[in-house]
Amino acid sequence: MDLLEIKGISKIYGEVKALLDVDLNVKQGEWLAVMGPSGSGKTTLMNIIGCMDKPTSGSVILDGTDIAGESARSLTAIRRDKIGLIFQQFHLINYLTALENVMVAQYYHSMPDEKEALDALGRVGLAGRAKHLPSQLSGGEQQRVCIARALINYPTLILADEPTGNLDEANEQIVIDILGKLHEEGSTIVVVTHDAEVAEVAERTVVLEHGRIARIIQNEGHADRKEKP
Amino acid sequence: MFWRLVRGALFRQKGKMLMVAFTVALGASLATAMLNVMLDVGDKVNQELKAYGANINVIPKEASLLDDLYGVEEDRDASAKYLPESELGNIKTIFWAFNIVDFTPYFDLNVKLGGSADEADAADVKLVGTWFAHHMDLPTGETLDTGMANMKNWWTVEGEWIDDSDTEGVMVGSEAARRAGIGLGDRVTVTLPPHSKQFEVKGIFTSGSDEDSQIYAALPAVQALAGKEGLVKRVEVSALTTPDNELSRRAAQNPKSLSTKEWETWYCTAYVSAICYQIDEAIEGSVSKPIRQVAESEGAILEKTQLLMLLITILSLAGSALGISNLVTAGVMERSKELGLLKAIGGGSLPISMLVLTEIVLTGIIGGACGYFIGLGFAQIIGHSVFGGAINIKPMVIPLVAVLVFLVTVLGSIPAIRLILRLRPTEVLHGR
Repeated sequence: MDLLEIKGISKIYGEVKALLDVDLNVKQGEWLAVMGPSGSGKTTLMNIIGCMDKPTSGSVILDGTDIAGESARSLTAIRRDKIGLIFQQFHLINYLTALENVMVAQYYHSMPDEKEALDALGRVGLAGRAKHLPSQLSGGEQQRVCIARALINYPTLILADEPTGNLDEANEQIVIDILGKLHEEGSTIVVVTHDAEVAEVAERTVVLEHGRIARIIQNEGHADRKEKP
Repeated sequence: MFWRLVRGALFRQKGKMLMVAFTVALGASLATAMLNVMLDVGDKVNQELKAYGANINVIPKEASLLDDLYGVEEDRDASAKYLPESELGNIKTIFWAFNIVDFTPYFDLNVKLGGSADEADAADVKLVGTWFAHHMDLPTGETLDTGMANMKNWWTVEGEWIDDSDTEGVMVGSEAARRAGIGLGDRVTVTLPPHSKQFEVKGIFTSGSDEDSQIYAALPAVQALAGKEGLVKRVEVSALTTPDNELSRRAAQNPKSLSTKEWETWYCTAYVSAICYQIDEAIEGSVSKPIRQVAESEGAILEKTQLLMLLITILSLAGSALGISNLVTAGVMERSKELGLLKAIGGGSLPISMLVLTEIVLTGIIGGACGYFIGLGFAQIIGHSVFGGAINIKPMVIPLVAVLVFLVTVLGSIPAIRLILRLRPTEVLHGR
């Protein structure tokens, strides 16, 4: 069953055609990577899937709702209820602790629950760093807080924009492992990346070029990874 | 969580929030000072103006009628009409008793003045009996010291003010003294046929008005000369009044034309016409009339002074609003990534705007509270340097300043709130 159904979307900024007639389906529980060079439309696609932008034309059906025609207020609600966002820059609030950064997402979703937020940090291996400010955490730890924040409301879709772009190799592997674990637990994940190694661990890779889908690759690496103990 | 966000923003942006608080404090302090001065300046300006004479003239009703109907001179045709001196204390029992600063009665006579007791040299002069420094025990149990020494304190006196109990002394106007060749310590004979009386010149005064051609003696001495003990011809009253408005002007023409509510408002406001009305109620057979030039000048000066204060208040608050606007807008721009993130994770524009507004209003409350107390200091500085006395602190300024601070803070935040409403997460999170 398709969780996300993108039909012929284009996004045009003045004379710049960021996306052109893109069709894409993402199944429930699938791990999809979106790759492409700079300016290929990766971030634009992610913004549209993440309900932070609207296509100029076409439809985007997320969990049965065509988000292309929704108002800004409805998009905010969909974002809050169905999407977990992971950013390359982490975007943690610098005056809140790791725990509070996770609870912020709960606050705007429903009700802050400290225990649940602590559990989410535990899932990314940061229970012991809950009271630390972002400035007291390493880049990898900050990204794991960002992942915990994305998970806390049990989103239908996890969207990660270059999640390993600012990390060293060790932390990159930690983040990939966490994403892999989430996938095993049934989460639907879309990762935008230009890192082939990150893309390889996904089930499929969609390669964008000049705003169009150039090719779609079924990854063997994903199967290999699953077979590893 | 909301308060954690607010607390975090407040404490981790101390510098910026202190600047906002300082800006609010500056505006609030000026508003507090100006509002306190503005509300107290009426009494202060009135007190200053009281030094320049009475603003209400009380005369017998019959004398007033003749004056109104025929425009006749009071001292020729109305001289037979009097007010009882014993009732004058009632003036301090009216509703606006505390606004009655001073009053003094007059009994004037046209007499012959002979400097050397030579009848051929005698000249017509007005002899005025009055209180100089009269002590009264009021019906309310209070005491009052009033009279010419207070009401005519701008007179330049050579010699001394005479005492109320001194029925042998007089104060002679400088013009009268010059014409009659009278000097300090001379004895003068005053004649009101068939009586005459000798007085000693205790003081020669210069007032700069018609009074310089008159002679002033203690009231009992003049009453005795006229054979009218216990009676006075008129009373001058110096009262603190509120500037006239349309209601008071209508009331002055005919109080019966007012509705019950208007009448209550008018009666319970210190309009000169309301005070006159209450004096008429207190002294039987009297008619009180405002001395218009004085009353209207007071009103005009007061209105202009208050308008000036109001303008300064408005300008200071407008300046604060602009300062807050700049600081808060700059703060929101600096925090655009953070606010964009809150939107990205599902925060609506309204809750995020409320978050920022709460931070600013809390800062405004702290700044406003500090500004209020600083403003009280400013008000006292203004009071002592301009009016030579303390400014009375008006409790009603507290809610006024609170409302103004709130409005200024909220108005100053509007550009920042508009920025938040327009903020798109994609633009700030991806730097587009």
